[in-house]
Amino acid sequence: MRKPRKTRMTRKDLLDIETLSLDEIHLILETAKPFKELFTRSVKKVPPLKGKTVLQLFYEPSTRTRTSFEIAAKRLSADVANFAVAQSSVVKGESILDTVATLQSMKSDFIVIRHSVAGVPELIARNTTASVINAGDGFHAHPTQALLDAYTLREIFPDLAGKKVLIVGDILHSRVARSTSRCLHRLGMNVAVFGAGTLIPSTLPPHLSVFSCFEEALRWEPDVVYLLRLQLERQKANFFPSMREYHHSFGVTRERYRDIVSRGIYVMHPGPVNRGVELIDEVMDYERCLINQQVENGIAVRMAVLYLLNLSVQEKAPDLAPALV
Amino acid sequence: MRAAESLDRVRVLNSEEMEHTVRRIAYEILDKYGDRSMAFVGIHTRGVVFADRVYQVVSEKNSCLSKGTLDITLYRDDQDNLGAAAAVKSSAIPFDVQGSFIILFDDVLYTGRTVRAAIDELIDYGRPARIELAVLIDRGNRELPICPNYTGRYVRTEARERVRVRFRETDSEDAVYLLREGAEE
Repeated sequence: MRKPRKTRMTRKDLLDIETLSLDEIHLILETAKPFKELFTRSVKKVPPLKGKTVLQLFYEPSTRTRTSFEIAAKRLSADVANFAVAQSSVVKGESILDTVATLQSMKSDFIVIRHSVAGVPELIARNTTASVINAGDGFHAHPTQALLDAYTLREIFPDLAGKKVLIVGDILHSRVARSTSRCLHRLGMNVAVFGAGTLIPSTLPPHLSVFSCFEEALRWEPDVVYLLRLQLERQKANFFPSMREYHHSFGVTRERYRDIVSRGIYVMHPGPVNRGVELIDEVMDYERCLINQQVENGIAVRMAVLYLLNLSVQEKAPDLAPALV
Repeated sequence: MRAAESLDRVRVLNSEEMEHTVRRIAYEILDKYGDRSMAFVGIHTRGVVFADRVYQVVSEKNSCLSKGTLDITLYRDDQDNLGAAAAVKSSAIPFDVQGSFIILFDDVLYTGRTVRAAIDELIDYGRPARIELAVLIDRGNRELPICPNYTGRYVRTEARERVRVRFRETDSEDAVYLLREGAEE
């Protein structure tokens, strides 16, 4: 594994995987390691973000990502405030930029945002001095998920180059598929996708192979099968006939599970899992199922992102401030 | 005692003197505590090497010795101005800190801020019965009320000077230099 040449990032915000340099990706993954080691201590809190405020702005429902960011920020000694959108003035008709102006006056140092429209985090980032972290925007990006997936895989395969990952499910509506596939590809993995024809985008980047049958995809001998959540809330049209039908064609059934176990393939899922749809219950107890590690590593990776952005912001702060007014 | 090499680089300790200093500190610790159960904790990066050297000598006569390393980056009080010091490394404390007797090792003692950070970090692992401090070079100019229990050599310095400790393990030679302002490393 190559070592990052830099010890800090040179950006204010984390909006997507594309704008990160490969060095920055390595730096985040390397920095997450000592943070994860803190989790075995009796006191899991360290002081570097003491006195900083992290504001969480979630326009879409989320429990695990929001909680993961909150724990990460608190373990770095930052204060966390949750801007509960459903109860806020947004429902009273305030525009996003007015909300941001309000947040700016509250002097928060970080804004963690999730929104159903792609590009909103970037819009906010351009209008605030705070560091903005994209926690998922529309079908666009979910960079911290991609980084925690990469971190989880690197714990198993120290060198990801040449390893194969198969991403299964609703590729079309998935920001996870978009960010994770790009991140893993940039770290040298071979990435393939498989899903219902209606759930695969009509144009795919050239580095992605596409399979049209689960059995055929497993014969490609992936090292990892990454199952996406079937996002029922995002599907306005009928992309497939029924959940049973989906499970039968695109889920890990009993037969496919046997195949996965015999080939020693690792299983990942960003959560929350729809049991009986993306996978059968037994998969959750499979020793090579990495779902719980993904959750644990999510905190370490988000700590690394907050820590590194904090250092980089301080470097940039002087020239940023006047630009705002 | 300083062997002048050039005007802006003065050698404070050579390889032999360094070896001698390590042994002297090891015997001071043995004289004081004998085979009592202790843990040596080195502060990254050169404090770790220094702790290892003393450990090698003390462990010949004391079989109840543990070893650990500490990275204090996250505990520094200058998070706003970290520069290259920002890289977080792993701390490894493989013994139970609660009730333990710890000797902290660092290569150079200067303002005392690193030691303050190290003590804070150790206490987050548990409540040690006692913490002592061993340094290879004490260069004075303390900004906090911290005093070492074991000192290799006291060197009077000014703030614009730098002290460079070099170990074979990390820097290909055993020596300590005092560098004048603007001197090449």
